[in-house]
Amino acid sequence: MDIPYTEEVRRDTGLTNGKIGIWLFLASEVMLFGALFASYILIRTGAESWPRGDTLLDVPLATFNTLVLITSSVTMVMAWASLMRGRFGTYRIYMGATILLGGVFLVVKYFEYSHHLNLGEFPSTNNFLAVYYTLTGLHMLHVFGGMVVNAYFWGPGTKLWKTNPVWFTNRVEHSGLFWHFVDLVWIFLFPTLYLL
Amino acid sequence: MSEQPVVVAPKPPVAHEAHHEELGFWRKYVFSTDHKVIGIQYAITGLLFLLFGFSLMMLMRWQLAYPETALPLFGFFGEASMPGGTMLPEFYNSLGAMHGTIMVFLGVVPLAVGGFGNFVLPLQIGAPDMAFPKLNMISYWCLFLGGVIMLASFFVPGGAANSGWTSYTPLANIATTGQTWWLIGMIFLITSSLLGAINFITTTIQIRAKGLTFWRFPFFVWTQFVTAFLLLLAFPPLESAAVMQLMDRVAGTSFFLPSGLVVSGQVLDVAGGGNPLLWQHLFWFLAHPEVYVLILPAMGIIAEVITNNTRKPLWGYRSMVYSLIFLGFMSFIVWAHHMFMTGMGTAMATFFQTTTMIISIPSIVILTSLIISLWGGSIRFNTPMLFAVAFLPMFGIGGLTGLPLAFNVPDIPLHDTYYVIAHFHYVVAPGTILALFAGIYYWFPKATGRKMNETLGKIHFWGSFVFMNVVFMPMFMVGLAGVSRRLFDGGATYTFAEPVLHWNVVSSWGAWLLGIFQLPFIFNFFWSIRKGEKTDDNPWQATTMEWAAPSPPPHGNFVVAPEAHRGPYEYSVPGAAKDFVPQHEA
Repeated sequence: MDIPYTEEVRRDTGLTNGKIGIWLFLASEVMLFGALFASYILIRTGAESWPRGDTLLDVPLATFNTLVLITSSVTMVMAWASLMRGRFGTYRIYMGATILLGGVFLVVKYFEYSHHLNLGEFPSTNNFLAVYYTLTGLHMLHVFGGMVVNAYFWGPGTKLWKTNPVWFTNRVEHSGLFWHFVDLVWIFLFPTLYLL
Repeated sequence: MSEQPVVVAPKPPVAHEAHHEELGFWRKYVFSTDHKVIGIQYAITGLLFLLFGFSLMMLMRWQLAYPETALPLFGFFGEASMPGGTMLPEFYNSLGAMHGTIMVFLGVVPLAVGGFGNFVLPLQIGAPDMAFPKLNMISYWCLFLGGVIMLASFFVPGGAANSGWTSYTPLANIATTGQTWWLIGMIFLITSSLLGAINFITTTIQIRAKGLTFWRFPFFVWTQFVTAFLLLLAFPPLESAAVMQLMDRVAGTSFFLPSGLVVSGQVLDVAGGGNPLLWQHLFWFLAHPEVYVLILPAMGIIAEVITNNTRKPLWGYRSMVYSLIFLGFMSFIVWAHHMFMTGMGTAMATFFQTTTMIISIPSIVILTSLIISLWGGSIRFNTPMLFAVAFLPMFGIGGLTGLPLAFNVPDIPLHDTYYVIAHFHYVVAPGTILALFAGIYYWFPKATGRKMNETLGKIHFWGSFVFMNVVFMPMFMVGLAGVSRRLFDGGATYTFAEPVLHWNVVSSWGAWLLGIFQLPFIFNFFWSIRKGEKTDDNPWQATTMEWAAPSPPPHGNFVVAPEAHRGPYEYSVPGAAKDFVPQHEA
C-alpha cells in the first residue's frame, strides 16, 4: 500500500507530505528555542549583575564558527540544486562539504568547551554559564542530528536516487530546511550570548 | 475521472485479501506501521495506565478516609512506603504526583489522541493510512519507553517523583532521584506527542479523500486537528523547561533556584539567581492547552455519537468549528490563571482573568450546540449514547464550577482546596473519561467486527455515572469548607475541617465502588472480542466514512478509495430512501 503525495504534490494544497511535516516540526522547534530564549531574558533581567558575553567568551572563535555554519548552509543549497539538475556527482561533493563543515563547527565548539571547563567555568558556576552551556549544548545536539541525517543521504540513503530521484531530492530538500533552521538558531545565539 | 460507486464490501473477508506479502507476527502486531494497530496499541496502553493511575488513587483514598490506619493485607509495600500497612507521607506524595502524571500524560492523552485519533481519524477522512507510518510507530514506542521509565521510577531510592504532577520548583529541584526519572520520562512522552501531532496535521491536510473539503470534515476530525496544533506548539516549552530542570538537578545549574534558598535550616550551596516562577510559567504554558487536549477529542467523540443516535444533523456545526478554532488560539493566553496565588500584579491578573472568561464562551457554544442537537431527535439510548448524554451535564458542572476560579479574588481562597480537585475532575473524569467510554463502545464494532454487550455496558454506565458523582460531588463541600488539597491526612489535624471530614469517607467508598463497576467493562471488552454479537460494516447506520470500510478494516482500509459527496451528518434528509445518507455514497 502506498501513501499518496510522498513525491508528487497534492493539487489543492500544492505540497508534499514531507514538506508540511518538516515545516510543522520547525514550528515546534521555534517554540522549543523560543521558550529557552524567553527564559534567558527573564533570568537576565532579574539578575543583579550580568556579564557581557565578550568578557567571558571567545568572540573571534565564535565568529569563525558563524562563518562555517553559514557556508555549510550555502553548500547545502548547492547540494539540493545539483540534484535538481540531475548531477549526482556534484551533489555528493557539496553534501560531503556540508557534513564536514558541521564537523568543523563541532570541533571548534569542543575546544571552546574544554577551554572553559579547564578554567573551572562549569554550568553550576553562575547563571550566565548555565544559559551558555544549555543553549549551545542543545544547539550542538541539533547540529549533530542534522549531520547524522545528511550523512545518511550522502551514504546509504543514496540508493533511493536510483529508484526514485524525485522523492530523494525532496528528502534532501527537507533535510536542508532543518539544516538552515539550525544555522538560523546559531545566528540568534551568537549575538545573544557572545556580544550582548 | 471514473465515477466508481463505492460498494460496501460483503461480509466475508475474501474481497480484500489484497496483501502483497504476509507480515510476520512482530511486524504485524508489535512493530506495526498500520495506523489501526498503532491506534489499538495506544488505546490499550492508555486503558492500562488509566487503571493503574486509578489504583494509585484508590490506595490514597484509604489514607484520606482513615488517616494513619493500617490497610489490611497491604504490608507488602515494604518499610519505605507502607510499614505494617500504614502509609508514610512521602509515599502518599509519590502516589499523588504519579496519579496526576499517569492519568494525564499516559492515560487520557494516549487513549483520546493516540488511540481514537490514530484509529478513527484516517478512516473518517477516507485515507489508506497516516502520512508517515514509520513516524507513527516511533511515536508509539517513545510513549511506551516514557511509560516504562515512569513505572521504573517507583523502584529507585526515595521512590517515584513526589513534587506533584506540576513538579513545581524549587521543591522539585531538591526532591529525590525519582524526579530525575520523571523528567527523562516526560522528555520521551513529549517527543511522542510532538511526532504524533506532526503526523495528524499532515494526514488531515494531505491524505483526506477526494471531495472531502474542510467543511465536510466530521466534527471529530476537526477536534483532532486543533488538538494536534495545541500539542505541537504547547509541548516544546515544557520540553525546554524539563531540560532546564534536568540541568538544575544533574549539572547543578540554578535556573529555578533563587539566591539564598534555605533548605532544612541550611543555605543551599548553589550559584542562585534563578527564578522559581519561571518553571510555573513554562509548565502552565503547556498545561493549560493540555486541558483542551484532554477535552477536545472527547467533545469530538460526543458529537459523533449524539448526531448518530438522534438521527439528526449536528446543530450549529459551523459555529462549533469556529468556536473550536477560537478555543485553540485562546488556550495559549490563559495559562497564568493557574498562578493567581503567586502574588502577580493586578494588571497581569486582570489580563488573565479576562482571557479566561472569554475562553469560556466558545466552550459554552459547543456544549449548547450539543444539547440543542438532542432537541426533536428520536433518540436511541444505546450504551454509547448513554455515556454521551451523561457527558453533557457532567462537563457542564465541571465548566461552570470553573468560573469562580477564573477570577483572581474568589480563586485565592478556593485555589488550594478540594474545590479545585472537584472542579477539574468533573471536566476530565465524568467529562472526558465518560466520553472515551462512549467512543470505545461506539467504535468497537469497527475495530473488531463485533458489538460489545449492551447489558454489561449499561451496568458499567450506571455504576460509573453514579459513583463518579459520589466521588467528586462531596469534594466541593470539603473544598468550600476550606480544607487544603495537599494534606496527606485529608485534613484530620485541623479542627475546622472536622464537620466535613465524613465526606472524605463517602468519596473513598465512591472510588472503590467505581473501581468495582469497571469490572463489567473489562470483562465485556475481552469477552466481546471473541464472543460479541457479529455486526455488519455499519451497525449504527452512520454517515461518516469510517463505516464505508470493512469491519475490521484490512491493511490499507478501503476496498475502493472513497470519495466524499456531501457533508458529514446527512441524517433524516426529507425525501431520502433511508434515514441516513452516507458521505461516500454518490
